[in-house]
Amino acid sequence: MKIFTSFGEFILMLKGMFTKPENWRMYWKELMHQCVELGIGSLGIVSIVAVFIGAVSTLQTSYQFISPIIPRSVIAQIVRDTVILEFAPTITCVVLAGVVGSKISSELGNMRVSEQIDALEIMGINTKAYLILPKITAALITIPMLVVLAMVLGIWGGRFVGEVTGILPTEIFDRGLLEAFVPYNVKFALVKAYTFALIITAIPAYFGYNVKGGALEIGRASTTAVVSSCIIILLADYVLATILL
Amino acid sequence: MISINNIAKGFSEKPVIEGVSAEFETGKCNLIIGASGSGKTVLMKCLVGLITPDAGEIIYDGENFSRMNEDAKKIMRRKIGMLFQGSALFDSKTVEQNIMFPLDMFSNDTRAEKQKRVDMVLDRVNLTDAHKKFPAEISGGMKKRVGIARSIVLNPQYLFCDEPNSGLDPQTSLVIDKLIREITTEYNITTVIYTHDMNSVMEIGDRILYMYQGKKEWEGNSKEIIFSKNEKLNSFIFASEFLQDAKDMRMLEVSGKIDENRNMDKLLKG
Ligand SMILES: Nc1ncnc2c1ncn2[C@@H]1O[C@H](COP(=O)(O)OP(=O)(O)O)[C@@H](O)[C@H]1O
Ligand SMILES: [Mg+2]
Repeated sequence: MKIFTSFGEFILMLKGMFTKPENWRMYWKELMHQCVELGIGSLGIVSIVAVFIGAVSTLQTSYQFISPIIPRSVIAQIVRDTVILEFAPTITCVVLAGVVGSKISSELGNMRVSEQIDALEIMGINTKAYLILPKITAALITIPMLVVLAMVLGIWGGRFVGEVTGILPTEIFDRGLLEAFVPYNVKFALVKAYTFALIITAIPAYFGYNVKGGALEIGRASTTAVVSSCIIILLADYVLATILL
Repeated sequence: MISINNIAKGFSEKPVIEGVSAEFETGKCNLIIGASGSGKTVLMKCLVGLITPDAGEIIYDGENFSRMNEDAKKIMRRKIGMLFQGSALFDSKTVEQNIMFPLDMFSNDTRAEKQKRVDMVLDRVNLTDAHKKFPAEISGGMKKRVGIARSIVLNPQYLFCDEPNSGLDPQTSLVIDKLIREITTEYNITTVIYTHDMNSVMEIGDRILYMYQGKKEWEGNSKEIIFSKNEKLNSFIFASEFLQDAKDMRMLEVSGKIDENRNMDKLLKG
């Protein structure tokens, strides 16, 4: 029962974000600020995760790959496709759900508990619009870019490891990379990226914005926010794969 | 002047405010006093529209706030300044940026004009060396001052202060009270202060409303409060023996038995 009430509140919150900004320039400034916070702020972790995932993909694919009939360049194809289809969008976003999600929910929770949100409301500012919308928009702008970066770095990681371990020389890897490439996969990955970007900002924003109580509740809200966004990402991942593939 | 008529508010069946009516005068410090949990904060949030009351009307100088739509309320709120119990400064902004924020959002002045206004209000609250500090780096009393500066930066007609003295030492409390009173008369603001601080009551209580368990129990000014026979009020305000004595003394003083210099020789000699 409670989940339906929460869902209703969540939808109302999203609806409440769309009003005419009190001052466009300030909203723009806030949006830029959030792009830096969420986008640039996550560059490091996203890059590290992507390179390692790509590297491990090459190692494991080659380990499972024992048939001498199939050319080894197929390893590159498999690495490319798994990275593009699943690893770059999904794993990146699950990691970002932790990084970005906890940040958003604890920031808003703290603002709620210390009455900063009330202070903004008193000034006549729509806090849903001013505090939440720029975060979601910033995520919709930066996260797909991070996902594309993760694709490139993931494949590079796989290629690099293939070379240094001698599993797959770069000439063969590069040849495989260009074989049977389906551009639709990139489009599919981007659809996922946009969906996940929405999930990992809107859900933590909801939990943070509605915190009641004190410091303990802020921590609790951020845990709930991260756990539920991760689960919803995986659900959405499944649903999108069913619909779009 | 702000008039409230029969305001009521409850949370999940439990009544918190029950039918409170009052008038708050312009250019005066209107105090709402009551024990912790008596519903002061809830009443204040009803007044400024952060909480919608279950019943009753709120009228700001003839304009019925309760009947306004969201947009009209938003415009109305720009005439309202508010000092929060915990100051509610934006932690990610410096003192100066905190005060600049309402100006950036709502005024079309040039950068220089805005800066001048910020310096002026900070000067007004006697803070001249904290411009670049963050809220975490300043003391509780300074935070309150920044809170006051931020609430008056847009020249409000109405000022709400929720427990301006909570968490402050008695001396700093007096300074903050004095500041609020000066600002009130200087800019002719309708100020509503929520407090349970005895000193404020006696020092700045132009009008006092005593809340007891969500109801208005007593109303008057700081002179009348001394002579009040209301038992609940007496036991709340003059809680300690020391304060009871102070009250008796003040009564003697007001009724002319002691002169203003508290020269008590005559009384003590018998
Ligand atoms: N959002 C809320 N939900 C439920 N109960 C509340 C809420 N806000 C306040 N209350 C209750 O209302 C009563 C009055 O609280 P409050 O106005 O904060 O008292 P105070 O006079 O100390 O400011 C308290 O018993 C509190 O538990
Ligand atoms: Mg209170």
